[in-house]
Amino acid sequence: MADNSKQFSADDFDLLNQNDRSKLDDEKIAAPSLTFLQDSWRRLRKNKAAMIALVLLVILFVLSFGSGLLPLSPYNYQYSNYTNLPPKIPGIDINGFNGTIMQGGVRVNAYVQNHVPSNVYFLLGTDGLGRDLFARILYGTRISLTIAVVASFFDLAFGVVYGIISGWIGGRTDTIMQRIIEILLSIPNLVVMILFLVVLKPGLLPIILAIALTSWINMARLVRAETLELKEQEFVLAARTLGESSFKIAFKHLLPNLSSIIIINLMFTIPGAIFFEAFLAWIGIGVPSPAASLGTLISDGQKNFQFLPYQMWYPALVLVIIMLAFNILGDGLRDAFDPRSRR
Amino acid sequence: MENKDDVLEVRNLKINFKTYAGDVKAIRDVSFDLKKGETLAIVGESGSGKTVTTRSIMGLLANNAVVAGGKIEFHDQNLLKLGRKQMDGIRGRDIAEIFQDPMTSLDPTMKICRQIAEPLIIHKGMKREKAMAQALEMMKLVGIEDAEHRINNYPHQFSGGMRQRIVIAIALVNRPEILIADEPTTALDVTIQAQILRLMKELQEKINTSIIFITHDLGVVAGMADRVAVMYAGKIVEYGTVDEIFYNPKHPYTWGLLSSMPTLDTKSETLPSIPGTPPDLLDPPKGDAFAARNKYALKIDTEKQPPFFKVSPTHYAATWLLDPKAPKVTPPEQIIERQKHFAQLTKKTQKQNLNKHINEQEEQL
Amino acid sequence: MVKYLAKRIFYIILTLFIVATVTFFLMKIMPGTPFANQQKLPPAQQAQLAAQYGLNKPVWEQYLLYLVGLLHGNFGVSYQFSNQPVSYLIGSRIWVSIQLGAEAMVVGVLLGLIIGAIGAIRAGSWVDTSATIVSILGVSIPSFVLAVLLQVYIGLDTRILPIAGWGGFEYTILPMLALAAQPLAETARFMRTEMVDVLNSDYIELAKAKGLSKYGVIYHHALRNSLIPIVTIVGPLAVNIMTGSMVVENIFSIPGIGDQFVKSIMTNDYPTIMGLTIVYCLMLCVVLLITDILYGIIDPRIRITDSK
Repeated sequence: MADNSKQFSADDFDLLNQNDRSKLDDEKIAAPSLTFLQDSWRRLRKNKAAMIALVLLVILFVLSFGSGLLPLSPYNYQYSNYTNLPPKIPGIDINGFNGTIMQGGVRVNAYVQNHVPSNVYFLLGTDGLGRDLFARILYGTRISLTIAVVASFFDLAFGVVYGIISGWIGGRTDTIMQRIIEILLSIPNLVVMILFLVVLKPGLLPIILAIALTSWINMARLVRAETLELKEQEFVLAARTLGESSFKIAFKHLLPNLSSIIIINLMFTIPGAIFFEAFLAWIGIGVPSPAASLGTLISDGQKNFQFLPYQMWYPALVLVIIMLAFNILGDGLRDAFDPRSRR
Repeated sequence: MENKDDVLEVRNLKINFKTYAGDVKAIRDVSFDLKKGETLAIVGESGSGKTVTTRSIMGLLANNAVVAGGKIEFHDQNLLKLGRKQMDGIRGRDIAEIFQDPMTSLDPTMKICRQIAEPLIIHKGMKREKAMAQALEMMKLVGIEDAEHRINNYPHQFSGGMRQRIVIAIALVNRPEILIADEPTTALDVTIQAQILRLMKELQEKINTSIIFITHDLGVVAGMADRVAVMYAGKIVEYGTVDEIFYNPKHPYTWGLLSSMPTLDTKSETLPSIPGTPPDLLDPPKGDAFAARNKYALKIDTEKQPPFFKVSPTHYAATWLLDPKAPKVTPPEQIIERQKHFAQLTKKTQKQNLNKHINEQEEQL
Repeated sequence: MVKYLAKRIFYIILTLFIVATVTFFLMKIMPGTPFANQQKLPPAQQAQLAAQYGLNKPVWEQYLLYLVGLLHGNFGVSYQFSNQPVSYLIGSRIWVSIQLGAEAMVVGVLLGLIIGAIGAIRAGSWVDTSATIVSILGVSIPSFVLAVLLQVYIGLDTRILPIAGWGGFEYTILPMLALAAQPLAETARFMRTEMVDVLNSDYIELAKAKGLSKYGVIYHHALRNSLIPIVTIVGPLAVNIMTGSMVVENIFSIPGIGDQFVKSIMTNDYPTIMGLTIVYCLMLCVVLLITDILYGIIDPRIRITDSK
């Protein structure tokens, strides 16, 4: 079996000294070692769908929150002569974007019909009161995003604290806190929100509170389960034997380890909150007019959907895109943080 | 088959895994034989390629694994070339496997008699009743007490040791020619380990199966195996009979493994360990993969991979130290002790053989 | 088992009691009178109405009366549909909602299971990708948008199916589809993750080592083990359907309790809102109880014992 085809000089059979040997180890090219966050970010970046979702969300945030800087008419300004105008984008002659609309089976140019000067156009048309839909959708997106993000942070704060306390203290406190959650779980959360809003009268803050009030439970349960698991781990035990206070351990050791599960859950809480906001608006207890959210815009558009479909299509499209983007990003983050859950 | 005593011959097996960083060369040219009725132990650190080797025999490689070369011969067919259907027919009938963790390797929602009977129903086309009866026999055979009353139990109602017995029953119910045991006792308590090993030995004699025993625990190997192959970084570095490997090891890696195993005569207070970590198999070293961790590394180790040098007809080791041109090195103290022991052992057997020989001659007269 | 049931039923009653109490006092602290949005009534007539509905008694007495009424299945009298007891309003509408909800649940869960399982089995392929797209879309499109789209683009444009009202089975198809989309998507996502997990487990490896074919492994081992945990999402799906039914019934003019709930909110019909809140909670409690018991029966690892 010995293969001695090529002869080596006797010199080759000298023992390797310590230095040469350690060099062997140095020359070894290993996969770069990454921190947890770097590694997660690398995995997230490889996920094309999640990156597209992230970019879309950034664009939507910038557009809606920076809409004040755009040369747009205010969201609540009524061009009383220009009601129900369809979308018109200058230079584009595709049905749906050239200011024409079907009326009684005939395609007519609504801008000509209403004697609109040729230099006036509305990118996404106007509503029944002659308000620029594009401006309103941007404004509505801003309201919806604000409500969703603020509500989610409320519920994050409350849910995380509740979960950590319940899991960390354990014993009877945990039992009681879990019973409370069990009872809350058997009440449909939309019913709670509606009751809350019926009492408080709809407005930005009541809606945020109503959503936060009901959606923290999920976060609390997840955080508690994870805390229970982490509590038993050696690094927590080590911190305890070193005499660190419970409070310090919770913040220094638990929170960083909980961060991935919190971020992932937040990504799924936000679209949930957006949905609830739209839902409440749709059944008539959303932000009061003339303010608008995506939900109220959809609700308004739906009334004329058969004849003026663009009035519902565009706000609905934006709403679906936001929900999609958050869901996809959430999925991507989950895969990035927890490689085990990947296919 | 090159040798008619062999049930399985693995030749020049090369397996790569595709990963984001490139191809990981997990198995780099591995060859070995398995003889009828013997137990071959494959020993190595985690990541050395033991499990991948057995997975390729079972045809259960992960999706990103690519067989880059070699063949696995069983009954004059190359297992690597078989279709999925044909492989399904061999798995569980001719070649069976026991896994590491009995706590997770049983279906939690299926009654255990059904799980044991399944291979019979699949491969022998047995009727349910008959298969169940045979499953019950098998349960008694692997030493499950009160088997009649427990056939309708679910896995969670058994302890870890009992579950591993059930896994063994599943593997052996079709009396396979080859049993692959992938660290079957690693997850068990030490006291249970011995029971399971004894059971495997007993059953091997009863049904005359060959065992490939994968482990990282040399202590387990001594009582279990007939022959041992030592794997390092996707290659076999030394193989021989169990006595040859334990008492006359030639490869510095085997020295390291043996020295790091506590024995009753271990005198020093610290247990020696092998420094460093195995090489990155994304980009394996050009020469000997063990060189960087090897106190006895030669210059040539950085240039060229060592071939197998013959120590005895059954014992080969891949280290340049065995080349006639290599300098004489003194192995660690513990290994010298072992070699002395080996010398006595061989003398004794030689004498015995001689006596036997003389006796036979006398009888003939 | 009996002890477990008793305990659960006690918790259900406790929950309902808390809900009833909270809703009652919430409604009491509401500003304005319930008759504000009817025609302006002279004070004398308002007082007479208040007396008629028992609103002139002290709050604690009203509360006790309300609780006693609840025990007899009496939710009070609707402010809007004069003299109609709330229990009658609910009773005449609830079966419509239950039928529609059950249809949506069955269709959504079944289709979701199939899509999720196929996605998991063919993980990474184009089939998996399209299944994932379907389920993410399903989660992301609100039921009220989907309902309007279905109504106009399928109901109005093709005129194959009725677009509103309540009659035979064909009336349930469009609203059922609108309601089933979310449960379908949720189930598909859940099933896919569960099954991918199961397919990567050691016991599946052992099943393959036994020589079971790919589909044998799936049929005998993977399916059952990934189906069992699905029971745990039935509760949340029921909530989903209850929520969806409020808008879907409204859009398709279906005389169910969801539609009634929305109408009562618009008209500040407090007794009806309170009654429906309690009914929704009761339905959810029952669904949760049934699924928990079911889980104990189908999963051999969980046996409901009295020690719990």
